[in-house]
Amino acid sequence: MSMHNLTLSDIARALAEKTFSAEELTRSLLGRIQQLDPQLNSFITVTEAQALAQAKAADARRAAGETGALLGAPIAHKDLFCTQGVRTSCASKMLDNFIAPYNATVVEKLAAVGCVSLGKLNMDEFAMGSANESSHYGPVKNPWDLTRVPGGSSGGSAAAIAARLIPAATGSDTGGSIRQPAALTNLTGLKPTYGRVSRWGMIAYASSLDQGGPLARTAEDCALLLGSMAGFDPKDSTSVDQPVDDYLASLNQPLSGLRVGLPKEYFGAGLDSRIGAAILAVVEELKKLGATVKDISLPNLQHAIPAYYVIAPAEASSNLSRFDGVRYGHRCDSPVNLEDLYKRSRAEGFGAEVKRRIMVGTYALSAGYYDAYYIKAQKIRRLIKNDFVSAFNEVDVILGPTTPNPAWKLGEKSSDPVAAYLEDIYTITANLAGIPGLSMPAGFVDGLPVGVQLLAPYFQEGRLLNVAHQYQQVTDWHTQAPSGF
Amino acid sequence: MQWETVIGLEIHAQLSTQSKIFSGSATTFGAEPNTQASLVDLAMPGTLPVLNQEAVRMAVKFGLAIEAEIGRTNVFARKNYFYPDLPKGYQTSQMDHPVVGKGHLDISLEDGTIKRVGITRAHLEEDAGKSLHEDFHGMSGIDLNRAGTPLLEIVSEPDMRSAKEAVAYVKAIHALVRYLGICDGNMAEGSLRCDCNVSVRPKGQEAFGTRAEIKNVNSFRFIEKAINHEIQRQIDLIEDGGKVVQETRLYDPSKDETRSMRGKEEANDYRYFPCPDLLPVRLEEDFLDAVRQSLPELPTQKRDRFQSQFGLSVYDASVLSASREMAEYFEQVQQACGDAKLAANWVMGELSSLLNKDGLEIEQSLVSAEQLGGLILRIKDNTISGKIAKTVFEALAAGKGATADEVIEKEGLKQVTDSGAIESMLDEVLAANAAQVEQYRASDEAKRAKMFGFFVGQAMKASKGKANPGQVNELLKQKLEG
Repeated sequence: MSMHNLTLSDIARALAEKTFSAEELTRSLLGRIQQLDPQLNSFITVTEAQALAQAKAADARRAAGETGALLGAPIAHKDLFCTQGVRTSCASKMLDNFIAPYNATVVEKLAAVGCVSLGKLNMDEFAMGSANESSHYGPVKNPWDLTRVPGGSSGGSAAAIAARLIPAATGSDTGGSIRQPAALTNLTGLKPTYGRVSRWGMIAYASSLDQGGPLARTAEDCALLLGSMAGFDPKDSTSVDQPVDDYLASLNQPLSGLRVGLPKEYFGAGLDSRIGAAILAVVEELKKLGATVKDISLPNLQHAIPAYYVIAPAEASSNLSRFDGVRYGHRCDSPVNLEDLYKRSRAEGFGAEVKRRIMVGTYALSAGYYDAYYIKAQKIRRLIKNDFVSAFNEVDVILGPTTPNPAWKLGEKSSDPVAAYLEDIYTITANLAGIPGLSMPAGFVDGLPVGVQLLAPYFQEGRLLNVAHQYQQVTDWHTQAPSGF
Repeated sequence: MQWETVIGLEIHAQLSTQSKIFSGSATTFGAEPNTQASLVDLAMPGTLPVLNQEAVRMAVKFGLAIEAEIGRTNVFARKNYFYPDLPKGYQTSQMDHPVVGKGHLDISLEDGTIKRVGITRAHLEEDAGKSLHEDFHGMSGIDLNRAGTPLLEIVSEPDMRSAKEAVAYVKAIHALVRYLGICDGNMAEGSLRCDCNVSVRPKGQEAFGTRAEIKNVNSFRFIEKAINHEIQRQIDLIEDGGKVVQETRLYDPSKDETRSMRGKEEANDYRYFPCPDLLPVRLEEDFLDAVRQSLPELPTQKRDRFQSQFGLSVYDASVLSASREMAEYFEQVQQACGDAKLAANWVMGELSSLLNKDGLEIEQSLVSAEQLGGLILRIKDNTISGKIAKTVFEALAAGKGATADEVIEKEGLKQVTDSGAIESMLDEVLAANAAQVEQYRASDEAKRAKMFGFFVGQAMKASKGKANPGQVNELLKQKLEG
């Protein structure tokens, strides 16, 4: 098997057995990126020199006797994780000239265990979008069909892994931004419990919803990566001071007795029936593995999108105020006064979707509207959380589709933001409640990947990875590669 | 028409923590621009705040001292507005759930009465940086050293009725935060700043008039002047048929006037909402107990004790307890000499004039409490007279001796109480003024009384002030009558 088809765990074995060195692997993948990425546009920045230096350092560490599973493992970071000395753009013109002066905790932790970062991945501008079409650096194409979107906002991460340019990557998920692109590109992606992975250095979109996590081709690789990304960080007050589970150890638990909940609201109108059928086939497979199935209800699902599109823009409108042209980032030419500096720097620096959400959020927080929008949305958020808490009294995991539709055509929904927002329907509840969620391959519709979503109680990432891994032991959807890559 | 003034104050006290409220940067005043600004203070993308527990402890200390409700669950909120020295585009503050709720402070007024001023709330927030407009040739410089310095904003009820009351309240807050050791109170450096909300209403009317807010007044004297100016401006305006508009005004000390900064319509909509980067702060009973244990004796408690323990008047007790340093100095003098009344008189009299003359604070006093106590002891045991004592005090201030005893010894200021010595000195004085003695003896009682002072003066002068005044009086009377 050629190097680019290997998973992280394959690579770990190969490096340990000295089948090839980290440097050889890195050179090979860098060549592949150079050759294939122009079709996809998944990278914003390729850090070739740094990658080779990190690979050599990893080889040296291994030669000195170190044995870490990620030592020499090639990855790349979504371009909202700050990387010291490397442009960190958030796919925005606003930060096109921004060289981060420090590393995000996630970047720091993965570098410490020997991961080799090949560069920075494309995304929706400031992580706002479900199609990766709002990037200042142009849209990302789906390797399964280059006329279609890869999903977003971690679309660059998803496309690069699906096209076998890299085996795994970091992403972030505010309303589905890891799970939805994973579903649309046949990957496994995990949004951890809010507070499990440090947000220090991950440029904020909506602080109370944002969570970093891994994307890879298998649950096992996600387990490997998450084990090194997760953990308490004193620099992030919302990170939780709780030990990190041994995710690899939990992979092999048998599923007998697993109680799977199917929320009826996830199978209603709006869902592509072919996706519905694929999901039910997954359920059948899990039953064979010993799981029992129960119909449940999450009655407040219908309120999730309106609540999300108040809370996330409200927080974003405040989080993005720091991009004012004063200290870093885009500044307009020859401002005549302070107001001109603000207005033109921001008008020029932000794209349409970012401006739309800043406007919506500013409106939702303004005097006289705050109670009607923001406070009400917070109440809905509590109801959604309560729905999950009571559901998890009866079941161990909740299962449903990740998205209502497979990947759509580039440009198809860019003129209708609400249609694009509705694609987040199944994923945003996990962010609103703060619970972990995973998407994994569940088949194909017209040659396009379908994702199944698993949700679990707080801090039960291990359970999600366990179910996904067991499923991946008896199926091969996740091993399918797009033709041409 | 008779007018009544209504004043409420917002005081920003800079908490004297070592590091900033949400970052590890130092808070030292006067460092080179931007040398105390970390990634967090610069609002670099991706950075996050971590709350400084010491700032919370200090705020709670204040809350307990004013007998306030403590916000057992208090919440930080973002106050959104754009300004170049506000790097995040919002100030992290507290809105609906402040750390300190309703409390009160008793202040002493000049007429000796005590007034209770309500305190609505006190909340924690971060300071902004500074914009520098000089030396940049048409540009502005930003110094973010101060950005993120912890502030406690103390909001009073509209309970003050005159500029003098307002100043008394600010002085009481100033004393309290210094007693508690939570703020250095340095108004010149901006450690304590005051916004004054002022309105007037016809006497007897219950509804408040429209208020104007005077921003950032930074000395006791300016607070009084700014408020008095503003009261007069509002009264003149109304009496001329005009209307006070709700606005923010700025006090210009060089012109002694306030002028409009921005009106209500230009006011920002701050779009407050709970800061999602900071969790609600929960204060456990244990924590509150520990803070309660650490409270020092407070100004009002000290004032009451000075009255009951030392028999001082309300006024004296208030003055002496006005600052922690003043109270400590007084108590040290009292201990050294064992006489509270003399100690009070000297601290409030000679010592205060000396400090005022040199513009010094009591902790910078050139005469230490031990020195002053030693001096008072010599007055009490008649070694020196009260008059000579002032000479000794000045000598101590000038560094002419380590103790009162040393000065008395070196300068030969010891009071003469030897009757024989005094008598012979008096004989010389009377001989030198024979004509006046004759005149005295020929005069009636009323005239004699007047002339007596002349002889006492001559005698004290001849003794260089050292003769015991009581003895001089007595012996002189004998000799003249004799």
